Amino acid sequence: MINIDITKSFKNADFHFKAILKDNSLNALFGKSGAGKTTLLRLLSGLETPQNGKILVDNKIWFDFEKKINLPPQKRDIGFVFQDYALFPNMTVMENLKFAQSKIDTNFLKELIDIVELGEVQNKYPEQLSGGQKQRVALARAVAKKPKLLLLDEAFSALDNSMRIQLQNDIKHIHQNLNLTTLMISHDIAEVYKLASNVLLIENGKIIKNGNPNILFENSQISGKFKFSAKIIKIEKADTIFIVTLLIQNNLTKVVATLEEIKSMHVGDDVLVASKAFNPIIIN
Amino acid sequence: MFLETMLLTFKVALITTIVLFFIGIPIAFWLSATKSRLKPIIETIVSMPLVLPPSVIGFYLLIFLGPNSAIGSFVENWFDIRLVLSFEGILIGSILFSFPFMVHPIQSGLQSLPKSLIEASYTLGKSKLQTLTYVQLPNIKNSLLTGIVLTFAHTVGEFGVVLMVGGNIPGETRLASIAIYDEVEALNYNLANQYALTLFTISFSILLLVFIINRKFSGILR
Repeated sequence: MINIDITKSFKNADFHFKAILKDNSLNALFGKSGAGKTTLLRLLSGLETPQNGKILVDNKIWFDFEKKINLPPQKRDIGFVFQDYALFPNMTVMENLKFAQSKIDTNFLKELIDIVELGEVQNKYPEQLSGGQKQRVALARAVAKKPKLLLLDEAFSALDNSMRIQLQNDIKHIHQNLNLTTLMISHDIAEVYKLASNVLLIENGKIIKNGNPNILFENSQISGKFKFSAKIIKIEKADTIFIVTLLIQNNLTKVVATLEEIKSMHVGDDVLVASKAFNPIIIN
Repeated sequence: MFLETMLLTFKVALITTIVLFFIGIPIAFWLSATKSRLKPIIETIVSMPLVLPPSVIGFYLLIFLGPNSAIGSFVENWFDIRLVLSFEGILIGSILFSFPFMVHPIQSGLQSLPKSLIEASYTLGKSKLQTLTYVQLPNIKNSLLTGIVLTFAHTVGEFGVVLMVGGNIPGETRLASIAIYDEVEALNYNLANQYALTLFTISFSILLLVFIINRKFSGILR
C-alpha cells in the first residue's frame, strides 16, 4: 500500500496531494492540464522534493519531512515512463532494457520483449523506431527491473488511435502479469474505464475524488440501467432531429438528440450514454 | 632543430589535451548541473583566458610560480621541478590558457541533452557517475571531439603565455609559434615559412576532419 500526503508550493500554484494506492491496483490520474498530475508523479518518484508531508510505501519511508528522510529516485524502486520516452539514443532497444537491470535477467527480458512485441526491432536504435514502438520500449524499460510502483506520464498523448489501443493492451497485460501498483495520467475517460480500477480526480493541485471510475460521472443526475462513457465523433442534422455518432470503446453507435440537447454538445466531448426504460436483448 | 621544435609543440599540445580532458569533464558536469550561487564565479574563472591577454596570465604565472614564490620554491625544493622557464612551466601555462576550450563545448553539450534522459537513468537506479559515463558522455561525442580538437589546436597556436613562462629555450620551451617569431626576427624567412606552413596545414586538416566527422555524427546520434 502506498500512502501519500505531501505538499509543494510553486510560484503560482500550491499542491496538496493526499491519497492511498492499494497494492497491485491500476490507478488513473485524471484532470485538466495544469492541475498537477505530472507534479504528483515527479514528487512520488523523487525527481521533485515535497515541502512537507510523508510518502509511505509498505511502511517503508520514501519521504518524511519531519524525520528528514528523502530517498533519491535511485532508491525508490519505481519505473517512470516519460512523456518524451527518454530512450537512450546511444543504446539499442535491448541495451535500453538491460540498462534498467542491475542483474541481467534474460528470461524476463525475453518475456517483456514478447509482451510489447518488440522482437523484430530489439537491435535497432531509438531513432529508427516509430513513435508507438518508442513508447512501448519506454514502457518495457520502466518495468524491466520489476519496480514497486509504475508511473506513466501522459504515455498516450502522441499516439494515434490504433497505437493507443495496442499500448493500452500492453499496459493491461503488463499489469496483469507483474502485479505492479500503477499510477497513470490519462485524459481519456474511455481509457480510464478500460484500464483503471481506481481513479484519482485531480483539480487545482488537490485530489478531490478517489474511487472507482464511476466517480467521473458522480455529478450527473442520471441513474441509468446502461451507462457507457463515449466520445462524440459526429453530429448530423436529420429532418427535425439530430443524429449523434458516438464512439463507445471501439464501437460506433448512433443516438438521436434534440436541438436543445445538441446545444451543449461538441464533437470530441466525452459524454455518458445511458438508457433507462429499456429491455435489452442479448444475442449469443 | 625544426623537427625537435615541432615534436615539442605537439608533445605539449597532446599532454595539455589529455590533462584537460580529465579535468574538464568533471568541471563541465558540475557547471551543467549545479544550482549553486558559486556557478557564475567559477564560469567566469574558466572563461577568463578567452578575454585576458596571454601576457597577463604569463606574468602572474611567473610571479606565483617563480623560484622566489611560495609555490615555486616548495615544488622546487621537494620535487626538484622548476615551474618557470621549463617544460613543466609551459605545460601549466597551456593547461590554464586552454581551459575554456575544453570546458565550454562539453558543458554546452551536457546542457543540450534532454533532462529526461538523466532523470530516466536515475529512476532506473543509476548513480550520477554511472549516468554520466553510460548516458550523458556517449550522447555528446560531438562536443567531446570539439573540446579535444579545439584544445589541441589552441595549444599548438599558443604564443604569449608560453613565451612569458617558458622563455625561448631550444628543445625545452621553444614551441613552433615562438620559433616563427624568432626566425622572422633573424630575417630567416625560409625557416619561418616552413614552421608557418606546417602549422597552417596541420590546423586546417584537423579542423576539416572535425567538421566532416561532426556532420556524420549529427545525422545519427550515437
